[in-house]
Amino acid sequence: MFGYTLRRIIYTAPVLLGVAVVCFALVHISPGDPLISILPADASVDLQNRLRVLYGFDRSYPEQFILWLGRALQGDLGTSIATGRPVTTEVMRAVANTLMLAAVATFIGFVLGCFFGFVAGYFSNSPLDKAASAAAVFGVSVPHYWLGMVLVIIFSAQLGWLPAAGAGPGGSSQWKFDMVHLSYMVLPALTMSVIPMGIIARTVRALVAEILAQEFVIGLRARGLSEFGVFLHVVKNAAPTALAVMGVQLGYLLGGSILIETVFSWPGTGMLLNSAIFQRDLPLLQGTILVLALFFVVLNLAVDVLQSALDPRIKR
Amino acid sequence: MNAPFLSIRNLGVAFTGGTRPVRAVNDVSLDVAQGEAVALIGESGSGKSVTMRAIMRLNPEKRTKLQGSIELGGRDILKMTPREMSSLRGAQAAMIFQEPLLALDPVYSLGDQIVETIRRHEPISRDAARARALELFERVRIPSAKSRLDNYPHEMSGGMRQRAMIALALSCRPKLLLADEPTTALDATVQIQVLLLLRELQRDLGLSIIFVTHDIGAAVEVADRIAVMYAGQIVEQATARELIRTPRHPYTLGLLKSRADGAMVKGERLEAIPGAPPDLANLPQGCPFAPRCFLADADCTKGAVQMQQIGATHQARCLRLAQTLEPQTAI
Repeated sequence: MFGYTLRRIIYTAPVLLGVAVVCFALVHISPGDPLISILPADASVDLQNRLRVLYGFDRSYPEQFILWLGRALQGDLGTSIATGRPVTTEVMRAVANTLMLAAVATFIGFVLGCFFGFVAGYFSNSPLDKAASAAAVFGVSVPHYWLGMVLVIIFSAQLGWLPAAGAGPGGSSQWKFDMVHLSYMVLPALTMSVIPMGIIARTVRALVAEILAQEFVIGLRARGLSEFGVFLHVVKNAAPTALAVMGVQLGYLLGGSILIETVFSWPGTGMLLNSAIFQRDLPLLQGTILVLALFFVVLNLAVDVLQSALDPRIKR
Repeated sequence: MNAPFLSIRNLGVAFTGGTRPVRAVNDVSLDVAQGEAVALIGESGSGKSVTMRAIMRLNPEKRTKLQGSIELGGRDILKMTPREMSSLRGAQAAMIFQEPLLALDPVYSLGDQIVETIRRHEPISRDAARARALELFERVRIPSAKSRLDNYPHEMSGGMRQRAMIALALSCRPKLLLADEPTTALDATVQIQVLLLLRELQRDLGLSIIFVTHDIGAAVEVADRIAVMYAGQIVEQATARELIRTPRHPYTLGLLKSRADGAMVKGERLEAIPGAPPDLANLPQGCPFAPRCFLADADCTKGAVQMQQIGATHQARCLRLAQTLEPQTAI
């Protein structure tokens, strides 16, 4: 177990390096001079050259990369062009908000998805299965920004039960755990949970149906296990794959659903990316993508390790 | 012979749900005495496994129609509630499957699966159950039993897995062991070891065994009596010796002739029974073997053929028994 975990951690090193290279290259791949967005249109050649030296753009690419990586490893991702604040601070605040939203949404999606999936798998091809599967297909295929707006119209505009936008009263982006802040999370989290719910429900349905068709289920009954006892075995057999799918979904949601965060003005990574792109704020874009990619890698690592703990066949 | 421990009377199993019911088992009657080993032989689809599963009521309840009676120790299994049934499974009657890799839960260690089974039926501590699991592993001669308990099914070899499966089946000291082709998935040398082990356990523990196989050699090795199945019926049953020496049903004759044996010359053709078994959803009138039988005449297709008593321990379901009297044995 320990050896496997260690090996998995070592395997992530090349992935992380690749991520860093891509993030670094972003500045240079994107069309136009990276300085264009900070320089006034009528800047003199002299000023251009001074800034180029100041930002280190006059050095060779490998040199720039090493310098950038060195700073990034120390937690310095540069300064946002648009706000002048350190990118690290901006990104971390957004990541915290998104993480919270994504975790809650994934949790809701996982619980509902597993419920629908198990019902559908256990009673496959019955009307119950049809209903649960229909809910899953709805979850996967409904445009979620549209769903978000519909929920806002119903619960905020018409009923006035829940706030329509933001992460807290007065447009605050600082999260706190109290009823007021939680009420801001309900609608975006529900909207967001619909995607993982659908995907997890479909996965679990297929898993459960496949497990129930296996001979060992008859073997378990032949040992006198009750239906509940058999159910526990089915859960443990389905868990590794279901958790893996959940981990990947959490990863996607961490990338911040740009659409949902925009609809609800949720101050997370999706909104941050959105504004960074529109303002051509390259350091911010670079930093956000790097941090998100790191999260994705770490999450996958955690899922792999958890999966191997649950399914002995995965360890080698 | 005292009163049979297991007594199957006129068992019928039909699977509904398709366009027409599939009558997998028809009018099967079979007795197994305490401590007796009976082999069920026949080709694939002849209803051997379905009969076994009917004894444990493991066929899918909703789509299965059961008829007749199955008495185990004087109680009719077909009249039991689901709760009574599940406390009988594993405790009174246990089952060994053909492919233990498929029949064991892949994500639980073997020790855990045995402990779980014991604790399902007996109120004993986890440690005591584990101690018994270890004893069982030693009993079925799994080397370094203690560490093997923590193995998962995929970490063992085929023969070892089947031994573990036997240990699991014996964990609650059942009186009846149902072995569903326990050696088919194993290679030849391991087959013999497992057969000998089964035979030994049966003698030592006084088990009644029903042993399903399509390997006549294996059946002779283990069984006191052999019942031959064809198209969901028992067509002949006798002691192992009688059945091999003086088979009387034309199907049994064909089965024995179609075996390859050491006396065969290279290039010699293996005798086979012509034709194919009937469609179980559309069984012919009369004897189901008649279309393939070299002795069949018009009478054979008129109505259901009843079991005929030949000797004290020998029965066959055939109207042409007089013609199979002369020695035609394959051995």
